Amino acid sequence: MKTLLVAEFREGKLRAEYSQLIAFAQQQQTEAAMFLVGTASDLPKFNGPLYLADVAKYGEYNPTVHKKLLLEAIDKEQPAQIIFLHSSYGWDLAPRIAVALQAAQISEIIAIEDGLPVIPVCNAKLRRRIKATTPRTVLTIQAGAFGLDGDPEGVPTVVAVDTDASGKVQCTGYEAAKIEGVDLTKAEIIVSAGRGVGKPENVAMVQALAKALGGEYGASRPVVDAGWVEHNRQVGTTGSTVTPKLYVACGISGAIQHLAGMKKSDFIVGINTDKDAPIGEVANVLVVADLKQFLPVLTEKLNAR
Amino acid sequence: MKILICIKQVPDMESKFKINGEGTWYDQADLAWRMNEYDEYAVEQAVRLKEQVKDADLTVLCIGPDQVTEPIKKALAMGCDRGVHIADPDSSKREPIAIAAMIAGFAKEKNFDIIFTGMQSQDRGSAQVGVMVAEFLGISAVTTIVDFAYDNGAIQVKRELEGGSKALVTGTTPVVLTCQLGLNTPRYPTLPNIMKAKKKELLVLAPDTGGMGARQETAACYFPEKKGGGLVLEGEIPELADKLIQLLKEKTSVLA
Repeated sequence: MKTLLVAEFREGKLRAEYSQLIAFAQQQQTEAAMFLVGTASDLPKFNGPLYLADVAKYGEYNPTVHKKLLLEAIDKEQPAQIIFLHSSYGWDLAPRIAVALQAAQISEIIAIEDGLPVIPVCNAKLRRRIKATTPRTVLTIQAGAFGLDGDPEGVPTVVAVDTDASGKVQCTGYEAAKIEGVDLTKAEIIVSAGRGVGKPENVAMVQALAKALGGEYGASRPVVDAGWVEHNRQVGTTGSTVTPKLYVACGISGAIQHLAGMKKSDFIVGINTDKDAPIGEVANVLVVADLKQFLPVLTEKLNAR
Repeated sequence: MKILICIKQVPDMESKFKINGEGTWYDQADLAWRMNEYDEYAVEQAVRLKEQVKDADLTVLCIGPDQVTEPIKKALAMGCDRGVHIADPDSSKREPIAIAAMIAGFAKEKNFDIIFTGMQSQDRGSAQVGVMVAEFLGISAVTTIVDFAYDNGAIQVKRELEGGSKALVTGTTPVVLTCQLGLNTPRYPTLPNIMKAKKKELLVLAPDTGGMGARQETAACYFPEKKGGGLVLEGEIPELADKLIQLLKEKTSVLA
């Protein structure tokens, strides 16, 4: 079975995540080719055909044009599967290809079991195993779910792809992530507030515990979106990826995007009323309790030591 | 201008889920239901756009069984002008492309200037439907927006990217925009607006996928295996605190 891997290029650089696509293809032992809107001076390390379109000509985000270029590569390569990362680039482009090819699309694959893709649903509380019934499939894989043991190696055989298509949307630039203030990536102890804190006043309980432990406080996305905690303290895919000695997740159910940002911490404590919350999958200790009652008691006992 | 907002009803994600009899999805019984969180941002952005341009007509569409009139009513109370309910008791069995085909079937030839929807649903989370609607209609789509500005047919949005940076994207209507969390602060419907919403038009339509055939099937839906090793502490609060402190002393160096 032939597979086409869709690599990504952003802000003038090849995205290193292409190695995850290679890992996925290797796990399935398929013959892989790669597609990239990028530049010949920054090629992926990969042995096989690379369908390369010039980013200087076609832009970094131009979905209609990238779709046409990718369809051009698909026409030449005739792959049975087209693999994207489940990323801001992948989930934007993949459905366009699925519609064009009349192919089944399966999003955010975390594993292959019994030869079928597995995806998380309902905030990762459940899993679905899916069987595509079309000859071709379009797949997106979850960031971090597939990895190579070492660094990728090889030199691709470049095949140029071009199109005269134009698109109606245009990427005019980038805005960098705000990184002023606290840098959670350097903290050894982090206590984070999740949706379970309930209201902004309760963030103080999380701050008090962080202080009692001599650490920093952080937050999950909903708490930052609500404006209760500033963005530079957000932990997760769109915030900081942290690896402290101790991570205490207070009222955080454990969405994949949050877990991706903290699961490599040395020791993880979850405090949650829901025993089945996905945070339990990564926590060394899960305290089943209402944080509003538990945190003040824990903080007092720590301060009294 | 004409605006369409596509919303979905989903279970509260804190719910206690059970697998259905066929082993293909969650059991729909005994769940608390709400509007898909991402779609709340879509509704809010549409209402704000109407407040900005004044002359705008907001249609909110939802596919599902009779109970989905609840989120439609909420959207009407937030400020949408009319509701469309595609009455489909089987909506939970349909794959994203069939849902997109139904929406596109409704939207074609109606010349919506902007279609807002959530970037994904909280239950299926495919992130496919919005883009597929745009492809079927042959119009632009920009996904995962966290900032939106409109001026006389031109749009300017920010897309959220990995690592917290954003892409600045410009375009023109007609366009489908899929909304990411944090795009705005969705309003709570006020009591007078909830009363007013009861008088707004609610159109009920039969489901029509335009002959879109099935492309995939669920082989199994199940709970993930609990990974061993994690200790679960339950009991009285003071004892829990003592146990946790003891564990931190034994297993970590942070209380040294």
